[in-house]
Amino acid sequence: MKIFNKLNLIEICIKLTAFIVISALILIFIFIAKESLPIFTSREIHNETNLSKLFLPQEYNPNKGKEFLWQPVSKIPKYSVIVLLLGTLKVTFVALIFAVPIAIMAAIFTSEFSSNFIKEFIKPIIEILAGLPSVVLGFFALMILATWFQNAFGWTFRLNAITAGIAIGLAVIPIVYTITEDALNAVPKTYRDGALALGANKWQTAYRIVLPAASPGIFAACILGLGRAIGETMIVLMASGNAAIMTLDFTQSVRTLSATIAAELAEVVVGSTHYCVLFFIGAFLFIITFFINLLGYWFVNRLRIKLEGKA
Amino acid sequence: MKFFYFLTGLACFIIVAIVFIVVGNIIYLGSGNITMEFLTKAPELGMTKGGIFPAIFGTVALVVLMTIAVIPVGVLTAIYLNEYAPKKSKLLKLLRIALHNLAGVPSIVYGLFGLGFFVHFIGTGIDKIFYGGNIIFGQPAIIWASLTMAMLTLPTVVVTTEEALQSIPDSYREVAYSLGATKIQMIFKVVIPNSISGILTGGILAISRGAGEVAPIMFTGAAYYLPYLPTRLNDQFMELGYHIYVMATQSPDVEITKPILYSTVLVLFVLTLSLNFIAILIRANMRASMRR
Repeated sequence: MKIFNKLNLIEICIKLTAFIVISALILIFIFIAKESLPIFTSREIHNETNLSKLFLPQEYNPNKGKEFLWQPVSKIPKYSVIVLLLGTLKVTFVALIFAVPIAIMAAIFTSEFSSNFIKEFIKPIIEILAGLPSVVLGFFALMILATWFQNAFGWTFRLNAITAGIAIGLAVIPIVYTITEDALNAVPKTYRDGALALGANKWQTAYRIVLPAASPGIFAACILGLGRAIGETMIVLMASGNAAIMTLDFTQSVRTLSATIAAELAEVVVGSTHYCVLFFIGAFLFIITFFINLLGYWFVNRLRIKLEGKA
Repeated sequence: MKFFYFLTGLACFIIVAIVFIVVGNIIYLGSGNITMEFLTKAPELGMTKGGIFPAIFGTVALVVLMTIAVIPVGVLTAIYLNEYAPKKSKLLKLLRIALHNLAGVPSIVYGLFGLGFFVHFIGTGIDKIFYGGNIIFGQPAIIWASLTMAMLTLPTVVVTTEEALQSIPDSYREVAYSLGATKIQMIFKVVIPNSISGILTGGILAISRGAGEVAPIMFTGAAYYLPYLPTRLNDQFMELGYHIYVMATQSPDVEITKPILYSTVLVLFVLTLSLNFIAILIRANMRASMRR
């Protein structure tokens, strides 16, 4: 009887832990959202900012007309999230343009054309790239890459959207590569055999048969890469220059949503407008990346259903 | 045909070249300054001289505390999800998807959560109840940083452990039951011993991630410079990744700190790399033994 009770205790422990963990994970979002709630409800904060001030252009200086500005510590604090959003989009755009084609083509090469020897050689290389802490990549971009690029292209600003974007691209490559390769490998061998038997060469097989079959997986790879690029913090914090400028010029410094939180949270007063706005940005990032990942996994699942259902 | 072969091969080559350039630069620039002294001494003269011992110590302390928090909780949760939870429950399916997706939420968001929840909510709460409002726990501290990191790595641990548990054939479980084992006995004598390498892999991946992430600890406990080592749970601490960030962006004299900075990067790189490779080796071993 005694042993029986003890066993029950362990079971209760397991169930309790699971319950606590699951509620804690839900708590993350609730808590971040709660801290940004005053933006919608508090009168005091409405004096300084509200939803329209966050997202629409404001007239701060009568001579200049309406503009987007992020200057949270100036005399009249200006919180225009759009500037930061544009920064995030610019950096993400560069990162994906750089990383996605390389990663997908490399995955096609290793999965369709290369020998086993090359495959086994590439694998640990990708693992190394995936295992690099983002602060190390940020350091590389800040100290080495930025100097090379400036010497090569003569940009006015050493740290800019392109440098930061390429560095984030380095972090995105392993994600896109791994998921794409998984998707290509999931295509049954019979597909390839059929195409080859009909006289297609290896490239035609890859391009006309394997790629379309694996397309949901490849799409998922791009989406998950996008999620990583949007949220990346340390690399942009170190290598983007962190100047909130409203411009489409990629050779100027940028400030992203994530880097803004990292750079400013340490100095804000708890409960102040600035604090709430930073949590609002955090909640925004949370929702965006959460749904991007959801979409990614949905496509991975679709690939599985597609291949298993037809094969 | 040849053209495309060349094009895709080139992409592969570019990736390999990039990795060699990044790693080569880190090793080339960093290896010159690594001495016993560097690894065992504290920073001196505004981080322009001396070593990085406090940062190494802080990183290890952070990771140890994080592991103590995350492994038992993560493994028990995975056991619940795989062995106890009703397989067809829609709610649990949703929760599992949410858990997978949390692994992709940016680490800075966890940093926000750690500051708002652990430091300001729990910490200040403890101070109010036990210390009469004196600030003891309501400030950034190593305990809050490691709990934040534990939250960050929890999805990784749960997901890898669950995969390991799923890979055990149901026949093993049935044999245990047929010999008269209870569910708990079956779990602890059959399921866990057989999936131990999968659980270890998850743990090591979590540790490697915890050693490399900086964003979650920036506001929850990491310090620029401390003259002492963290010995109590509410001390602040120095950490390798944060040390790199500080030296690279806020150093009074970048040129003089450069050798120390490069060597610190090399130390962090070697640390996370070896952890990752241990995880890969264990996983490869596990796959090989399962094929047998």
